[in-house]
Amino acid sequence: MLTRPFVIAWKELLQLRRDRMTLAMMAVLPIVQLLLFGYAINTDVRHIPTVIYDQDHSAASRELQQSLRVTGFYDLLGEVKSYAEIERALRSGKARAALVIPARYASNLRSGKATQLQLVVDGSDPQTVGSAINTASGLIAQRSSELMLAKLSRVGGGAGALQPIALEPSTWYNPELRTAVYVVPGLIGVILTMTMVMLTAMAIARERERGTLEQLIVSPVRRVELVLGKILPYTVIGYVQMSLILVAGRVVFGVPLVGSLELLYVLSFLFIAANLAIGLFFSTLAKTQQQAMQMSFFFLLPNILLSGFMFPFESMPRPAQLISQGLPLTHFLRIVRGITLKGATFPDVSQELVWLGGIFCALVVLTSLRFTKKLV
Amino acid sequence: MSETIIETHGLSRRFGSLIAVRDVSLSVTRGEIFGVLGPNGAGKSTTIRMLCGILDPSGGSGSVVGFDIASQAERIKERIGYMTQRFSLYEDLSVVENLLFYAGIYGVPRAKRRARVEQVLERTGLGQRRKQIAGTLSGGWKQRVALASATIHEPPLLFLDEPTAGVDPVSRREFWEQIHGLAAEGTTVLLTTHYMDEAERCHRLAFIFRGQLLDVGTPEQIVQRRNLRALELELEQPRDAAELLRKEPEIDEVAHYGHVLRLTTRGGVDPEPFVRGVLESRGFLLKSCSPSRVSVEDAFVSMVREDEQQRSQAA
Repeated sequence: MLTRPFVIAWKELLQLRRDRMTLAMMAVLPIVQLLLFGYAINTDVRHIPTVIYDQDHSAASRELQQSLRVTGFYDLLGEVKSYAEIERALRSGKARAALVIPARYASNLRSGKATQLQLVVDGSDPQTVGSAINTASGLIAQRSSELMLAKLSRVGGGAGALQPIALEPSTWYNPELRTAVYVVPGLIGVILTMTMVMLTAMAIARERERGTLEQLIVSPVRRVELVLGKILPYTVIGYVQMSLILVAGRVVFGVPLVGSLELLYVLSFLFIAANLAIGLFFSTLAKTQQQAMQMSFFFLLPNILLSGFMFPFESMPRPAQLISQGLPLTHFLRIVRGITLKGATFPDVSQELVWLGGIFCALVVLTSLRFTKKLV
Repeated sequence: MSETIIETHGLSRRFGSLIAVRDVSLSVTRGEIFGVLGPNGAGKSTTIRMLCGILDPSGGSGSVVGFDIASQAERIKERIGYMTQRFSLYEDLSVVENLLFYAGIYGVPRAKRRARVEQVLERTGLGQRRKQIAGTLSGGWKQRVALASATIHEPPLLFLDEPTAGVDPVSRREFWEQIHGLAAEGTTVLLTTHYMDEAERCHRLAFIFRGQLLDVGTPEQIVQRRNLRALELELEQPRDAAELLRKEPEIDEVAHYGHVLRLTTRGGVDPEPFVRGVLESRGFLLKSCSPSRVSVEDAFVSMVREDEQQRSQAA
């Protein structure tokens, strides 16, 4: 009978309408998360507080400081007079990096001898370290080749033939490398994972806890009717949340939507369904709503850490990558980022779709095996 | 000719090492109000759950409304109404919403659902409370909604698991009137209870104790088979008298009811001359002495006591 899933869905929506708290949570949560993640997670490292230990005090060393400042990566806090002072500045957190310019910097430059500059970096924050070192070494390499060329041209004159190899990086899709652009589409996946899994896990656990599940089990409702009836209303909610984030992401952070919105909505269905299936699976394990909630939170953690939402998939060790492939979010992130930022079309993301479909089918089989219309 | 609605042979259920139901054979005919009696944990609910097809038996067989309980559970579910112990309603839905939901679940066609709900509201006197949220109803009203939900699809067989637990006496009485009304229309009702006054309202009874069926029959048959006789007496120092009487093997049970001492004798022993013989020789003065009707409760207590004695002797 086709009507039973709708009867169950109607009942779920009625219950939801009376549950103001949950309803408010579902609307407010995506927005709050969006603002939190959008503003707080910022992997662009700029304005590293830096001190200078200039042992040379020459025009050349001041010029070097100046060129460091104009990159925008370093905020020069001033000069220090000793290594002890550097240590104090780093330990207290006043500075995160220190540049040491040796005493014979200017004279070495003039005589063409090799010079060692030293960059001391606070390693307790690895992300800062990477950026600081990359920027500084890039800068120094550039200066040193400039000097070399200048010298060569003074000596030989035919410098044109001696241009060094240059790499001109060109970033596509997110040219300004803004974190929000990267994070917001991913956030759709994270928030959907969180709410979809939790809502369905609780939806059945609640019936078990209140004794109404026994009443349902003793009714002629088929398993698939019950599962569909429970999934249907939450799918609608999933789409509402997704739209909310897309709009807010656009308005607040100017996140673009390059690809097809229709394609995104159609493909999201499988992701939402997979998450609901996970929730249902949890609900077959949980005896109480509290257990269902704990399982959902436990599930959320690997999703955030391993899916590529926070850390790039490519840099994960092999075992982590394997786990990651099993998470629906991993594949959805590629789809959602592909479509919103790169304008990916169906063939571009079809492989991810195969993965999602496989995960969904496995979950449905697993859940059906676990959920029987028996009490024990 | 009476049609058999429920039939079981040697039905058993084990939970690990615990045997919850042992070798229960029953037969219930159409239109009967069949009561399953027994103390808490005797296996009443387990038996009902097996009959409803939501718990697999570990041994024995049974058929309900013509279908096998082990292999055709889903067919059974369409033809029964089941009211669980806790009146499992959706507490955040209104009375009408609850009924509409169950009507939909039990496959009442969409076009007939409203009319059917109105009919049930009318019959159970819930009309005034139709919009009230179920969670805010008192015990008696919740019970009515639960019964209305369980009968929304007009099932030929109704299972009620302790339907009157926690309900006031007036509501219980009204509830029983409804049950008799349903039975008169041909609905078979199987219910569990541990209220003995309710047991006497059933057409037939089954006594379950420690998972075993001790006796089955009409209330009169069960009482007669125990062959008990009851007496009520009033006297000074009832506690001492009771202590004395309990030592006599002919006495089955002595209990205090206010100022009155009520006792039952075994084996058809005429209680009045026997009690006078025991008490007056020891100087007790009987103020009054009158025979009393033997109730199902007397029979039940007697059966449980006997079982316990046999067990302690065996041990």
